[in-house]
Order: sequence, then structure tokens, then C-alpha cells
Amino acid sequence: MNIGWYLSVSAIIFCIGAGGVLVRRNPLVVLLCLELMLNAANLALVAFARMWGNEDGQIFALIVMVVAACEVTVGLGLVVAIYRRRLPIDVDGLNELQG
Amino acid sequence: MVFTAIVFFIAAIGAITGAFGVVLLRNPFYSVLALAVHLVSLAALFLLLRAEFVAAAQVIVYAGAVMVLYVFVVAYVGGGEQLASGGVLRVLGPLFALALAIELCIAMLGAGLKGVNSKGAAYVPGFGSPRSIGELFLTKFLFPFEAASILLLVAAVGAVVLARRRHGLEPDEQFERQVHVPRPAWTGTMAEAGGLTMPAHAEERTLVEGEPVATPTSDRPDQEGGW
Repeated sequence: MNIGWYLSVSAIIFCIGAGGVLVRRNPLVVLLCLELMLNAANLALVAFARMWGNEDGQIFALIVMVVAACEVTVGLGLVVAIYRRRLPIDVDGLNELQG
Repeated sequence: MVFTAIVFFIAAIGAITGAFGVVLLRNPFYSVLALAVHLVSLAALFLLLRAEFVAAAQVIVYAGAVMVLYVFVVAYVGGGEQLASGGVLRVLGPLFALALAIELCIAMLGAGLKGVNSKGAAYVPGFGSPRSIGELFLTKFLFPFEAASILLLVAAVGAVVLARRRHGLEPDEQFERQVHVPRPAWTGTMAEAGGLTMPAHAEERTLVEGEPVATPTSDRPDQEGGW
């Protein structure tokens, strides 16, 4: 398969994730959609690494996975803290910092 | 070649279907399961791109650890009420995604990279194997490797601090019990210092009330000796 096919799949997944972040209101699902976007970027990185025959892109993808794991951990901690405070689990209801 | 194409299309359809499932399914638990499907399909695509180690890490880290974390939190918080989407963003969100898709397509078609329409560089044995990835991590990319480990440590500590139970938000009954221990009657009073003993009716009252400390005479220092 040509590299372009992988890049198109990556672009489609990224757009689905971006749309999901905007549309969904449950913070858990927003985090899942962020994962989708990061994974799409990973796919593009690995595809470019294959295109150049260079492994640096795969290293980049692994670092992105580490950052995604950190983001998930902190995000789920926030969700649990929100739940403990009996606040609504809804990203539109949490607008105290809006100013 | 035909086999590669078949595997590619199955994995790509699985990944895109999983992504749609994450966004469209109403129950967050099903969204998590759809993300698991998406991640496994993506690992298959990584394997087709000769990234063995990244595919293995994807399955172990994502489909293993992160998914378990998600499932635990969804089970703890509960599926939540089926939230309806906001009015404006519900229309603008898909439009934005569509615009982004068109822009990415233009960028891809207009890219001057000749390699995009090729099958990639010639495959050398060992490309993407754990050995070569590990060598790169410990030589060329040592600093990002260490920075990633520190980032993981900070994130773990931060998650514990964020999600821990805080004193002061709600009354902590365990803490209250430790501080305000009900003292047995006739101890620590002026009467005890003066050597007076507990009257009989007071002891009866203590027993009737069912206080947990109903042994006033056993642990009292000998009454004749005083101090």
C-alpha cells in the first residue's frame, strides 16, 4: 500500500476526533476523542518514518504515547475529583473559570 | 501484495469504525470499548508499516493499561446521564471537522513529497525492531527518554493528588472519632485528683448509657496511694 493511504486514514481519524471533542459534553468522551487525535498523529508519524526509512518517527510516536498516557491519568483524576465534589459531569456546566 | 491490501483495508475500516463509535455512541462505556477496537486496528496498521515495537507498545500500553483505567473510572463515575449535545456546537462541530478534512486533503494532494505515492523506503531487516528502537532511545534520544520518565512520574503524583480524598470538604467521621474521644466518667477531673471514687449511681449511669469504656476501676491507679 502507498504511504498516502495511511495518511488519508490518519486524516480521517483526526477529523473524527476533532469533531467529537467539539460535539460531546461528557469529559470522559472528550478525553477519548483526544486519544483519537493523538493516535491519528501517531499513525502519520509512523507512516512518515516508513516513507523515509528512518526510525526517528517511531521514537516520536512512542513519546506521544507517553504524553497521552500522562494526559489520560491527569484527566481521569480531574473527572474523579469533579465526581467527588458532586459537580455535574458536563464540560458545559464547569464554566467557573470563564470569567 | 494482495494480502497486504486486504489487511490494510480491514484494519483501516476497523480503525475508522471504532473512531466513529467513540464519538457517536451514547453510553461512555461503549465508547471505551469502541476505542479498544480502534486501538487494536491501529496496531495492525503499525505492523503493516513495519513498526513492530510501536504496535506492541500500543496494544500493551493503550489497549491494556489505559483502557483498564478508563473502564474503572467509567464504572466509578457511572455511565452518567445521557447528555444531549449543546445547540450551537452540535451544528458547528461536524462542520468544523468537515472543513478540517477538506483542508487536510488539499494539503496531502498539494504536498510535493514524492514518497507519498510510493511504498516507502526499501525495507532493511531490523527496521522498527525493539533492538534498534532501544539503541536510539539510549543514544540519540536519551534526553527525551529521561524527560518522558520524569513526565510520567509527575503525572502519577498529580493524579494521586487530584483524586485523593480531601479533609474538610465533607465531615470525616474517622477523624472526628480520633479527636473527640468520649472520656470515661470521673477521669481527668478534679474529683479524681482529690482521690474521690465514682459514686455507685454514676457507674450505673455509665453502664446504662453503654459507653465503650465501662471499666473505671480496673485501670485506675491504686486508690490509697494517690500520686
